[in-house]
Amino acid sequence: MMKDKKIATRMSYGNALAELGDQFPDMIVLDADLAGATQSRIFRDKYPDRFIDCGICEGNMMSIAAGLSTTGLIPVAGSFAMFAAGRAFEQVRNSIGYPHLNVKIGATHAGISVGEDGASHQCLEDIALMRTIPGMTVLSPADDTEAKEIVRAALEMEGPVYMRFGRYATPVIYDENHHFEIGKGTLLREGKDVTIVATGICVAASIEAADLLAENGIEAEVIDMASIKPLDEDMILASAAKTGKVITAEEHSIIGGLGSAVSECLSEKAQTPFRFARIGLRDQFGETGSAAQLIQKYGLDGEGICRQVKEFINK
Amino acid sequence: MENRELARAANEIRKGIITEVYSGQSGHPGGALSSADLFAFLYEEEMNIDPQNPADPDRDRFVLSKGHVCPGLYAAMAVRGYFPMEELRTFRQMGSRLQGHPSIHWLPGIDMSSGSLGQGISAAVGIAQGAKLRNRDYRVYTLLGDGEIQEGQVWEAAMFAGTKGLDNLVVIVDNNNLQIDGPITDVNSPYPIDKKFEAFNFHVINVDGHDFDQLRAAFKEARETKGVPTAIVMKTVKGKGVSFMEDQVGWHGKAPNEEQYKTAMEDLERIGMAI
Repeated sequence: MMKDKKIATRMSYGNALAELGDQFPDMIVLDADLAGATQSRIFRDKYPDRFIDCGICEGNMMSIAAGLSTTGLIPVAGSFAMFAAGRAFEQVRNSIGYPHLNVKIGATHAGISVGEDGASHQCLEDIALMRTIPGMTVLSPADDTEAKEIVRAALEMEGPVYMRFGRYATPVIYDENHHFEIGKGTLLREGKDVTIVATGICVAASIEAADLLAENGIEAEVIDMASIKPLDEDMILASAAKTGKVITAEEHSIIGGLGSAVSECLSEKAQTPFRFARIGLRDQFGETGSAAQLIQKYGLDGEGICRQVKEFINK
Repeated sequence: MENRELARAANEIRKGIITEVYSGQSGHPGGALSSADLFAFLYEEEMNIDPQNPADPDRDRFVLSKGHVCPGLYAAMAVRGYFPMEELRTFRQMGSRLQGHPSIHWLPGIDMSSGSLGQGISAAVGIAQGAKLRNRDYRVYTLLGDGEIQEGQVWEAAMFAGTKGLDNLVVIVDNNNLQIDGPITDVNSPYPIDKKFEAFNFHVINVDGHDFDQLRAAFKEARETKGVPTAIVMKTVKGKGVSFMEDQVGWHGKAPNEEQYKTAMEDLERIGMAI
């Protein structure tokens, strides 16, 4: 892990769009008056004729993207997660999901790490909302390298994809050789005592937590689950069979997100006994504060995850 | 096409609507009947379409934003030859391609799934914008209900279309004045409809939606209008053509029983004979 290098995945999103513009000439990028924040501005500045600012109307943007895709274009529609998945849920469901159109949704500013904007803008429900839509692929990268990889993977596949990015600069954990594949997790660290399945900014924090746990003689296995839907069930089941203890970590409500997805998988398919717990926001809204303060308060940093893993193991 | 032929097609569409809603014992006859003359005009005369090649990339597109009046769309497609008239009897029944609201996956010739009000116009705007981006010269038509335009998304879409000057887009409003809960003026008035679209930078044409000469002139004017999208606001009668359904809000979303079905078909046979 290159801990000294930190990049917010919203930047990766904007950079990836611009880098992939020539490779995907049918790509059209849409935004809803947040191009400067979502970083789709990077694509806009390079390909002004292939960028559409819809103004402040996210629902309309999603349905327009749906219409555009029926003409053979590949629309990437971006906004904050709160508005892309929240406000425009029904348009995503009915205009994009039901007809299974080739629209990619770039949702930035997910989770509490939005920071000072407070709870109104800290989306903790988007993974839950998006993964209930039949045929929707849901991706949540851990760092800059992986974020660029998921944009590429989303553009390469046919069908709707929800991509979740953050505002807060997070450590770069992968070098440029990291290859992301939809439906596959990444085993970042092997361990025998407990499995931590993490996504988004909680991946780097879980690696840090594993280091802290090792100092206490606890060997944690760490999985980066960037592909939340489809989930890498084989990797989760194999790890659960090995450690017998699985805990999830996400910057999202524990209701409906990665924790729920993993628990559904284990409950239905595990052949061996296991114990399970979830780290995330516990049926609560966020609040105003700096991203670092909030991440610490809600236990999503390395120390917080380490503490909760210990509580889980010792229960 | 001669008005008499259009009138015959419209009457066949109306019979199809009644057949569908009666066969399925479910569906929305009122607004389908009010739009039947428009469906006949679009599918028989106006649109550049080929029932044998429904995926032609250069075809004109139609998005039924008021998706619940799909009995009218399906009947128009059957009359035009997209599929046998007999298939109309499967409407709203399990396994039928004629889903309760239009679906691009179930039926070739449907250009966009719809049903959730307000979204179809945005999709049509997207298709029109796509044509501009790809330098295609096909035209895009979308039909909205006058109740539907209470949805805020309609005006988001209108603002976008006006801003972008999408002159390949025609938005048609079926102004039959009735929505499920009553007259639109009692529920939440969208009037003046024409002035609203004008304010959103549309070229607006008011017509009698049951007069083919007026419809023909309006769509010609729309084609000749450059730089701005066109809205055609058509005054219609809900339930048009079936005596006991005309201007009756109760027939928005109700299926006729056997006796009512016979009366309705007799009404339409009589109209057909007179054409």
